[in-house]
Amino acid sequence: MKPAPFAYHRPATLDEALALLGAEEDAKPLAGGQSLVPMLNFRLARPSALVDLDAVDGLAGIRVEDGVLVVGAMTRQRDLETSPHAFPLVRDALGFVGHTATRCRGTVGGSLVHADPTAELPVCAVALGAELVTNRRTIPAEEFFVSVFTTALEPGELLVEVRFPIPSGRTVFEEHAHRHGDFAVVCVAVAGERVVLGGVAPTPVVWDGGELETVGDLFSPAGYKREVAKALVEKALAA
Amino acid sequence: MIGIAVTVNGTHHERRVEPRLLLSDFIRHELALYGTHVGCEHGVCGACTVLLDGRPARSCLTLAVQADGHEIETVESLAEWAALHPLQQAFHEHFGLQCGFCTPGILMTASFFLAQNPDPTEEEVRAELAGHLCRCTGYAPIVDSILAAAAVLRRS
Repeated sequence: MKPAPFAYHRPATLDEALALLGAEEDAKPLAGGQSLVPMLNFRLARPSALVDLDAVDGLAGIRVEDGVLVVGAMTRQRDLETSPHAFPLVRDALGFVGHTATRCRGTVGGSLVHADPTAELPVCAVALGAELVTNRRTIPAEEFFVSVFTTALEPGELLVEVRFPIPSGRTVFEEHAHRHGDFAVVCVAVAGERVVLGGVAPTPVVWDGGELETVGDLFSPAGYKREVAKALVEKALAA
Repeated sequence: MIGIAVTVNGTHHERRVEPRLLLSDFIRHELALYGTHVGCEHGVCGACTVLLDGRPARSCLTLAVQADGHEIETVESLAEWAALHPLQQAFHEHFGLQCGFCTPGILMTASFFLAQNPDPTEEEVRAELAGHLCRCTGYAPIVDSILAAAAVLRRS
């Protein structure tokens, strides 16, 4: 339950961070650490070096630009949740992300890049048609999430900011978890006509209005997830 | 080994630490502040919660090197000599603890929570407590304690 040894760097600029990450094959970026540090503690992750992005200039911040909420990758989840710029879908979803203590440390970018299939922010990003801006390019949310814990990010690429279009229509966020703050069994985000589900497949699923295909896990078999998903979608659409 | 400087409960400390040292182990083993308890070491139980720059953080999910240059408050910061903090007094009066293992983390979360929300509903207290596991009390006396402390703190 203690991490294996690793080297630690705390660069001050994005260029320095990219150079450090490029210098070692097994170097990993460290954002808020709320997913990575448990994996270090379990030794599920054994990076040779951690590149802490905390001191990198310009990666944290929240602003509104032409109807788009722009959130720096290193913005703490709690800061977005309590920001006057946050809109209800994002605020409601963040209420389900872990607990106050993990949201005070965990970052918006960290949660998106971790790409946990049950995580709330990826589902919101897809529902809103968000764009993920890296040091190289802009990736639409629907193309960003590739599989379980896997994104379209390539070696040498870091997420810099997320651009969430501010929804004009109705939005709803619903979730069922075994306990509040646990990983979701199923969560659903509705933005206008778009209904997106989390927890039912390796990546967020845009619901086409048809029969739901669900993938089960150790605690929630596929059939149970399908029933929960149906109930949550019904509830969200009736809200 | 990396040199770090932290302020813990108002006292400045400088140490050289391994990058992999968790803040929870730094607080207990380097600073001998044993009030911070270590339960699950993966962020689920909440026993190791401290305040980092005034906000709650799982010290088992924070590396000591990440705390470099920052301020930490542990449960030892609450009481002023023999005078218990109103939260501690309320836990004492309302049987908010039995074995006491989860208590330091809950007290740190509650101190931040009540500063943000001085007049919470029972439901809000329960939602906040979802981040802490207690295997003795069944939570009811913890909720009572926090609501009672909130009332005392509002009067002071």
